[in-house]
Order: sequence, then structure tokens, then C-alpha cells
Amino acid sequence: MAEPSIDQIEKVITESLVTFGADPDAISRDAELDALDVDSLDLAELSQIIEENFGVELSSNDVSEIHTVGDAIDIVAERAK
Amino acid sequence: MGRTVTGGERQRRPPGSCALVTGASRGIGAAIAIALAADGWPVAVNYRSSAEGASATVAAIVAGGGNAVAIQGDVADPDVPDRLLAAVREQLGPLAVLVNNAGLRADGLALSLSDEDWQRVLETNLGATYRLTRAALREMIRARFGRVINIASVIGPRANAGQANYAASKAAVIAFTKTAAVEVARRGVTINAVAPGLIETEMTEGIPPGLGERIPAQRAGRPDEVADAVVFLASERASYITATTLYVDGGLSA
Repeated sequence: MAEPSIDQIEKVITESLVTFGADPDAISRDAELDALDVDSLDLAELSQIIEENFGVELSSNDVSEIHTVGDAIDIVAERAK
Repeated sequence: MGRTVTGGERQRRPPGSCALVTGASRGIGAAIAIALAADGWPVAVNYRSSAEGASATVAAIVAGGGNAVAIQGDVADPDVPDRLLAAVREQLGPLAVLVNNAGLRADGLALSLSDEDWQRVLETNLGATYRLTRAALREMIRARFGRVINIASVIGPRANAGQANYAASKAAVIAFTKTAAVEVARRGVTINAVAPGLIETEMTEGIPPGLGERIPAQRAGRPDEVADAVVFLASERASYITATTLYVDGGLSA
């Protein structure tokens, strides 16, 4: 699987968060997932989407370290290298 | 939570999706597989050892104009659930309905049960239910539709001397059903239990006659009566029913 660009990762994550019900206007790199109403079920589904799109498997420990949208983008970009 | 609390729409059965019934080579499992097929579901008929029984279930479904395949796999083996679901997806399409029916009993008084009989009953009745549900939910939450129906028992909520292991496993299935159901409810996935009472199958042969005398309906149930409850819970009509246990017991648990 080719290394994805930051833009590609951001697009997939943003679209997923919107699907989960997050307000598109409130999504930014610094946005806290709690403030976007993203909870553990959403994160479990996001992990599946990330694995399908980028081949990156996130453990529950990895997921527990994700607090902002930027955290999610960065960890995927790092692991996809 | 900022999410909506207004009434929603019923989720529709995803086109091309299918049902999996574990332990469907005979008894209640076979009746459930046949009834789901009659309701239009392509059905994966899982079996552990009776290829002949599974073939008979498939033949009954095909004779009724339905679509079914038999898939072998001992669901108590921790490696089987993921493999089984992959086989179902490959042969019939996305899984929309999972019926965790495979179960066994190994009776004995609690004071004399062997560790092995305790463990194998818990692993088959509870462990397999958990692992299959876990694997199926990953697919179901993405599809925004799913039905998991766990076959429990009146034994568990009620005592029955000689079945401490079986009772523990089935009570745990009900507890698991409730908690897993609330975790995924907002994704259009329902998880319910069906608790049969005394049903005429090979598995209930040898149950003390005293149990039958306590049934308000004054008779044992039939596998197809349990199957009808499962078909309803699998249907779009049951879209707002989750985390519950439906007793099919002639009033025994009342």
C-alpha cells in the first residue's frame, strides 16, 4: 500500500467524523474529539476505517492516546510510513 | 450528547445480506435456519460434527425455495469465529443476522462437576457467543444494520438442579446481550436473547419430568415456536427492540 498523504488521511478522518454526527464546521486539527461528541464506539469504527483505507492497525492503547483530530491524523501518518 | 433524540426510521435489511445460524444441523438451530430462509434470508447453516444433519437443513431450505449453504466449524474453538464469518461473507455476502444457537450441556451437581465439563459448557455457550458477536459487530456497525440473537434459556434466570454450568453460561449470555446491545444501539444494530423453556429436541431428552409439570401451557414447546420469535427479532419490524430477552416457554418463567 502506497504511503498516503496527510491530505488523504485528513479527508478520510474528517468524512468519518461527519458520518458519526460531528459538526463539519467544528472539525479542525485542534478540535477535541470529546467536544465533537466522538466517543469510544466512534473511535472503534474509525479504527476499522483507518485499517481498511491505509492498512494501519491501531491498538486500544493507540486509540486511548488520541484526543484531538490532529492526534488521529498524526498517528496514522506516522504508522503508514 | 448533542445527538438527536427524535424518532428515527426503521433500518432496512441491506440487499444481498445473509444470516448465520450456529449449531443448525438439528433441533432449534435447524428450525431457526429454515424459518429465516422462509422469511427471505440466505442462510449459512453452521455445524460442528453432523454434516448429515446440516445437509438435511440445507435440503429443507432449498426445497422451500430458499438459499443456504452448510459451513463446518466448532465455534468453541477461538480461531473459528473469524474464519467462519469470512466463509459466510465469501459464500453468501455481508452478514446481517447472527444467531448464536450452538450450545451443549454436561450435567452434574455443582459439588461434583469436573473442571472440564464446566469449561466446555462455558466456552461453547458463552465464549463462542462473545467471539462471534464481536466479529460480527465490526461488520454490522459499518452497515448500520445488524441483528444478533443469542439463544439463552429459562435455566439461568431460574435454577435447575444439575445444571449449574449450563445455568451460569445462559445467565451470562443474557447479561452479555444487554451490555453489548446498549454499546451499539445507535448504529442500527440490535442484540437480543431468546430464552426457550422446555422444547422437544434431542438436547432435552433426559430432563427430569418434574420440569414439564410446572409449565403453565401444560406442554413442551416445539423448535418452530422458538424459530418464530427469532425471525421476528431478525426482522425490520423489531427495529426498536434491543437488549431484551424474549421468553418462549409456555409461561414457565412467569
